[in-house]
Formats: sequence, C-alpha cells, structure tokens
Amino acid sequence: MLKEQTPKISVRPEFQQAAPPRIKEKVFELNGIEVLYGGVSAVKDISMEIGHKEVTALIGPSGCGKSTLLRCLNRMNDLIPTAEVHGELLYHGEDLYGQRVDPVQVRKLIGMVFQKPNPFPKSIYDNVAFGPRVLGRKQGLDETVEKALRGAALWDEVKDRLEDNAFGLSGGQQQRLCIARCIAVEPDVILMDEPCSALDPISTGKIEDLMIELKERYSIVIVTHNMQQAARVSDRTAFLMVELDAEEHNRWGRLVEYDATEKVFTNPGDKRTEDYVSGKVG
Amino acid sequence: MEAGRATEQRNRLAVAGARSTTEAMLRSQPRGDVIRNTVFAGLLLLAVGIALAGLLALLIQAFAKGSSALSLDLLTNPPSTAFPEKAGYRPAIIGSLQLVAGVILFVVPVGIGAAIYLEEYADNSRWWNRLVEINIQNLAAVPSIIYGILGLAFIVRGPLDLGFILAAGSLTLALLVLPMVIIASREALRAVPDSIRQGSLALGATQWQTIRTQVLPASIPGIATGVILAVSRALGETAPLLLVGATVFVTFDPTPFGTDGYSAMPVQIFNYALRPQEEFQALAAAGILVMLVVLLAMNSFAIWLRNRYEQRW
Amino acid sequence: MLQAESKRYGERAIKWLLALCAALSVLTTTAIVISLIGPTIGFFEIVPADEFFFGVDWTPQFEPPSFGVLSIVAGTLNVTLWGMLFAIPVGLGSAVYLSEYASPRVRKTVKPALEVLAGIPTVAIGFFAVSFILPEVIVPLWPDGLLGGAEGKPFLALAAGLGIGLMVVPIIASMSDDAMRAVPRGLHEGAYALGATKAKVATKVVFPAALSGIVASIVLAISRAVGETMIVVLAAGSTPKLTLNPVESIQAMTSYIATTATGDISTGSVDYKSVFAVGTVLFAMTLVMNVVSIRLVRRYREVYE
Repeated sequence: MLKEQTPKISVRPEFQQAAPPRIKEKVFELNGIEVLYGGVSAVKDISMEIGHKEVTALIGPSGCGKSTLLRCLNRMNDLIPTAEVHGELLYHGEDLYGQRVDPVQVRKLIGMVFQKPNPFPKSIYDNVAFGPRVLGRKQGLDETVEKALRGAALWDEVKDRLEDNAFGLSGGQQQRLCIARCIAVEPDVILMDEPCSALDPISTGKIEDLMIELKERYSIVIVTHNMQQAARVSDRTAFLMVELDAEEHNRWGRLVEYDATEKVFTNPGDKRTEDYVSGKVG
Repeated sequence: MEAGRATEQRNRLAVAGARSTTEAMLRSQPRGDVIRNTVFAGLLLLAVGIALAGLLALLIQAFAKGSSALSLDLLTNPPSTAFPEKAGYRPAIIGSLQLVAGVILFVVPVGIGAAIYLEEYADNSRWWNRLVEINIQNLAAVPSIIYGILGLAFIVRGPLDLGFILAAGSLTLALLVLPMVIIASREALRAVPDSIRQGSLALGATQWQTIRTQVLPASIPGIATGVILAVSRALGETAPLLLVGATVFVTFDPTPFGTDGYSAMPVQIFNYALRPQEEFQALAAAGILVMLVVLLAMNSFAIWLRNRYEQRW
Repeated sequence: MLQAESKRYGERAIKWLLALCAALSVLTTTAIVISLIGPTIGFFEIVPADEFFFGVDWTPQFEPPSFGVLSIVAGTLNVTLWGMLFAIPVGLGSAVYLSEYASPRVRKTVKPALEVLAGIPTVAIGFFAVSFILPEVIVPLWPDGLLGGAEGKPFLALAAGLGIGLMVVPIIASMSDDAMRAVPRGLHEGAYALGATKAKVATKVVFPAALSGIVASIVLAISRAVGETMIVVLAAGSTPKLTLNPVESIQAMTSYIATTATGDISTGSVDYKSVFAVGTVLFAMTLVMNVVSIRLVRRYREVYE
C-alpha cells in the first residue's frame, strides 16, 4: 500500500530533468518541449528521456496533453496548420524538427496506432502490404505480410481469408491489423494513442500481451487512461497533469512525475501522482 | 335522513362534476384545432399534388403530341423543313454526343483536380482559398446564357478565337458544368474520414500517395455520380449553344472542328418548336421524349452507381 | 537518417498542377467579367447611361433606336413574379409535407419525382408552357376581359411564368426540406411534448428555425428564374413592354440576348454591344442574389453543424 509521505508542494525541477538512472540507450530526448495550437499552449515544459526498447506510458487526466505530446514524436502535429512545437526533441541524438528533416521519413521510422482502429477499406492483405508497397519494398510481399500478421498475433485468425475486407473484422482484430500494418514497415518506434480504449476487455488483454512481446523489437510509447494497463505493461511511466494559469483562463499540461513504473504506482514522489494513481482525483 | 340524502346527492354531483372536468381537460384537442390541422395538412398535400401533377402533365403531353412522330427514322434522318414526315434528329444527336464527349474530356481532369486541391491541399484559413470557394458556388448559379456570352466573346472570338465550331460549344458547356463537378467531387472527398488519411500518413506515405491510393479510390463513386449529373445538365442546355454557333439547320453529320456548323438535340427541338405546323410540333415533342428517356436513363444509372459502390464507413 | 530519400519533385509538381485546376474557376469569372465589360463600355460611349437605365422604350431595331432597359427588365420581373407566386407556396408546401408529414415510403417516391422535375431541360418546359399551359390552362380559366384577357394571344408572360415556377419548385422544395431536416430532433420533440399539434410544430417551431435556409432557397430560385432563357423565349414572346400584366406578351433580358446574338450581327454594331450591356445587368442582378443566398446557407449550416 502507499506509504505515508510528506506531500511535496511543487516538483523539483531537477527531478523532472534527470532521466531515471537505468536508461541504457535513449531513443527520444525531450528538452523544454512546448506545443501551442493557435498560439495557446497545450503542453509546457516537458523534459524527459525515453528509453530504447522499453515501454513508456504517458498517463494523466483528460485534457492534459498526453496525445498532443505523443503526436510530436512522429510529427503528426505537422498536419494541424495552427500547431507549433517549441523546444528540443532529439531522436537518437538527431533533432527531429531540424531544417532538413523530412516528416515522411520520420514516420517511416516512428509508427503510430490510433485510438479508434482505422483499417483501410481494402482487403486484410492490402492493408498490411500498403506500407511496404508505398515504401517501394515490393519484393517478398507475401512473407512480409505473414511476418507482420504473426508479429501482431493475428496470423492464425486471418491466414485463410487474407482477401476479405478488413471492415469485416471485429474491433480487437482490426486494432491488431493496424498494429500489423504498422510493424510491416519495420519501424524503430511504435506510438500508441489509447489503443484499447475502444475495445472490449478480452481484446484489450490480447493487445497488452502483444505489447510485452513487441517491446523486444520496438520502442513503445503508449498513452493510456487505464492505469492497470500502464502498471502491467510499461517499464517507465510519466504522469502529466493540467495546470491553470493565474486567471484560470488557459490550461496546459505539465509533466509532474516520471520514473520507473513500479515506483510511480507504489511509491510516487509527488502527492498529485499519488492522488491520481490511487483514484482520488481525475 | 334528509341530511344523509342531501350529502349523497352533493357527493354524486361533485363526482360527476369532477369527472366531466377531467374529461374535458384530457380530451385531445378542441374541435377548432382539429379542423385547422386537417385543412393545413390538406393544403400541403395540394402543394405536393400540384408539383407532381405539373410533372405528369408535361410528360403526358409530350407523349401525346409526339408519339405520332416516334419512329426509328427520327434518330437516323436529317432535319427537313419541306418534308416534316421524313425529318429527324440525326445531326443533332451526333452533335450532342460529340459535345458531351468533349465536356467529359475537360471536366473530369480539371474538376477532380480542382476538388483535390481545394479539399486536400488548400489551407482554408487563407483568404484566397475562401474566395475560390465562393467563386465556384457563384459560378454554379450564373445564368447559362451568360456562359454563352463568355463563349462568344472569349472562346469563339477573343483570345481563343476558335470560330463557330463544335469544340467551342463543347468548351462552353464544360465551363458551365465545371462548378457542379467540383462541388460534387469535393463532397465525395470530404466524405472520406480523416482517420484514413492519418493512418496512411502515419505509415510514411506522402500526401499525394495517400490521396492516390486511399482517398481518391474511396470517393470515385460519388465523383462519378457528380460527373454523370453534370453531363446530363450539359445535354439539356440550349441557350449557351445558340450563342456559340449551334445553328439550327444542319443536315450533315457535324465534326468537332468542322467549320460548316453543328447542331445539338435541344437546339433542334427548339427549332421545331418554333414552327407552328402540327407536324413540327409533333417532331419537337418526339425529340423531347427521346431526350427525357436518355436523361432519365443517365440519372437512374448515376443513382444506381452511387448506391451500389458507395463506401459506407 | 531523417533526411528525405529523394527530392520528391513529383509531389510539388502535382500540387501545382492541381492548384492550376482550381485557379481555372477564378479565371472563368474573370473571363466573364472581361467579356462583358469591354463591349459594355463601348455601348455606353454610344448610348447615354440615363437613356439606358431610365428609358422605357426598348426598340433597338427602330430608326432612331431606343435603348431603355427598364422595358426588358420589367419583362423579366413580370415573368419572375408570377413564377414565384406559383413556386413559393407549392415548393414550401411540398417541403413542409416532405420533412414533417411524409412517411419514409412516401418520401422515397416524391423526392425522386422532384429530382426528375429538376432535371427536365428548359426547352422541354418552354414547349410545355407554350403548347399546353397557355392554351389548355390559362386561356380556359382566365376571366374574359380581365386585364385585357388571355384569348387569342400566342405568347403570355403568365405561361412563361408558370413554366418557370414549375422549373424552380424543386429548388425551393429540396433546399427547404434539407434546411428543415437539419433542425435538431430535440426541438421537435420538445414541442410535441408540450402538446403542440403537428401543424403548430411545423409552422411555429421548425419553419422559423430553418428560416435562413428557406429564404436562401427562395433567393436562389429567383436568381434561376431571372436567368432563365428558353422558357421565356418560347412562351413569353419578343415584344418589350413595360408592364407586369401577366396576360401580355413581353420580352425578357434573356430572350433579348438569345434572339439578338444569334442573328447575323456585326461585332461592331450597337446592337451587338447592347447584348453585352444587358448581359452585364443580368450578371450583376444574379451575382447579388447568389452571394446573398450563399451567405444565408452558410449561416444556417453554421448554426447546426
């Protein structure tokens, strides 16, 4: 159970900045990241390191900017005309928002699975093959598709009906198809934006098991509302919260605590984290 | 004893009074309201009836007047003022077919291209993109004869200076229906959910790859329907063609670039309709029937196409 | 690692090509304006503006010619007025019926029927107007001697007006139906729950809520009516008269353009230029109406979407 702790009123800045001691290899390094939509801040002052081949969870109440932050990592925020990203975001040491960086190339290395499964209105095969085809990797497509579907724990269920329309699959199967589609491109990182929130508990369980398998080959960053999920699958957890400005007009998200998952859930450093994970708030 | 009976009576009256009051309150509508409602509903039905009656009368009258002239010769014979019994619509039909072919050749690439740009690439917060949008909506409502003037001053004469040829008429009609195609195509593109685009882009596809492989294929049924409806509009237009050289009396088969003149179905119908003799009136009505059948077939095909192939999300 | 693999010139070229297609629409409007302005200016160098805008005799073929445009504007308004007097009640009545009273099965037959009506070529409607409406509907029903009587006249403004009215009924019915159906169910249900009758809900709740869409449809219909050519040419005649009398034959702006610009007319003549001057007036009138209609549609869409 949670130990009695003297509540801290504010989070020490160095606590936010320092990476938890055990990250061996960084995949992302965020320094003072701020995202604005139309000049209004959505998240501010995010500094953290994300580890290679780990599962990192972003948790927090609604509206604290978790998805916004996630979408910075594969430059999907570029699609919103009024979005601006300030601060430094390094990917394996390279500036992700550098002058000569091509967002299309970024997304080939950093894939994304969305909250609501969004398969294309095509066959299962064509869904998975879409990525490799678009990348020009047309050789050995059959093997690529099989490998991806196996990797998403979907092969056995669909191997006899690859030509069927993807819309005929159940919600959980569609989401695993989207995962297969994502890994067919052989990315380095997989971002998941509340991947199970639209699914039933059994599908959710299957996908959570999948995530633990996937982390052996990919770095995973997952946004989730489900704290049990975060506690079960992730290695490290970041807790974000909404902060209001002085006049209470504007609100933005801030990183409150970021540490090994076990610590965040059993012995959090910040009272706000403790309140959230114990269900008192949010 | 007296007092007992009085109380009973009072109670009975009280109960009766209460009952009738409650019934009066619960009764659905006072009589006046019912009458008003029925009259209102009746008037509405009358309105619909008049509209439908007008349509029916038009169709029946066309059939009544034109059935005598209906024959295969109607489609294969050239027009004739001397021998109305042998007159037909041949050059007009061929002219209309060529005009429509030209319209499709122009309107499909340009209309779909414009729609793709406006829906997928253009930033709607920029003022000039909004101007283009209002512009297109306005062009869709400009009177067709103004397009005729445009054709006369710009295409037949003026900068393009093509002369009074069928291709000029085709281009004029194409400009007339282009806004319809753009608007319909935009709606078809807009119907594709954004999640599909996001999914494609998140896999590392470029914007054009996303449009070419995902958005466009899914919107083809809606676009095709829009094109067919635009073409049927172009088929029925008369006024602009009158100004760009569709002469009313052409007895040979027209060609796209021939300088000897050309004709079209509605123009020929117009010519026959102007003549008071019964035979020509019958010819006009027969021509109308032919056009209506063709248009009905096209529009039904367009609707069938949309219902059969439309992507349901 | 994060740089683009290729320059992707193709993407940029495609974007420019598509932008060009979109720009064509702006070019079309510019071309229309240019086509109209040149000869119109030439026209006003010959004919004084006050004669054009305030004169009441449109007699270009006389010697000396008179170019008072009010005559043919009156012709257009004449036909439009009677057309709208027919189309507005019929169109709105149909719309209210379709959106508030009709069962889905009835809708399935009536709405396509209205679409068919909308798709009928105007030359067919004009033919119907002059060969049926005029002799079989107006002449028998019109009281003798009223406003000059309808007997014996081969062309009547009213015939063209009714033809135009029939033509625009689908515009009013369809757009108003869409506008009324866009009114949220909550408003309907709230009113019924308070005990209102169907008629009251339709007239006092839904109709006012959809008003801007309904007005937009009427404005658009008037614009179409003003710009219609074939029906007036076939049914209304070609004698300009400054009158709103329905049982007269008149000439509208569009019929003047259609009958003059098709003859063997020399490009330098004042007749030729007059076509463009009239065209400018027509374009300006419909432009104003179109912009008003577009604005109104945008307003009602914003409220509900």
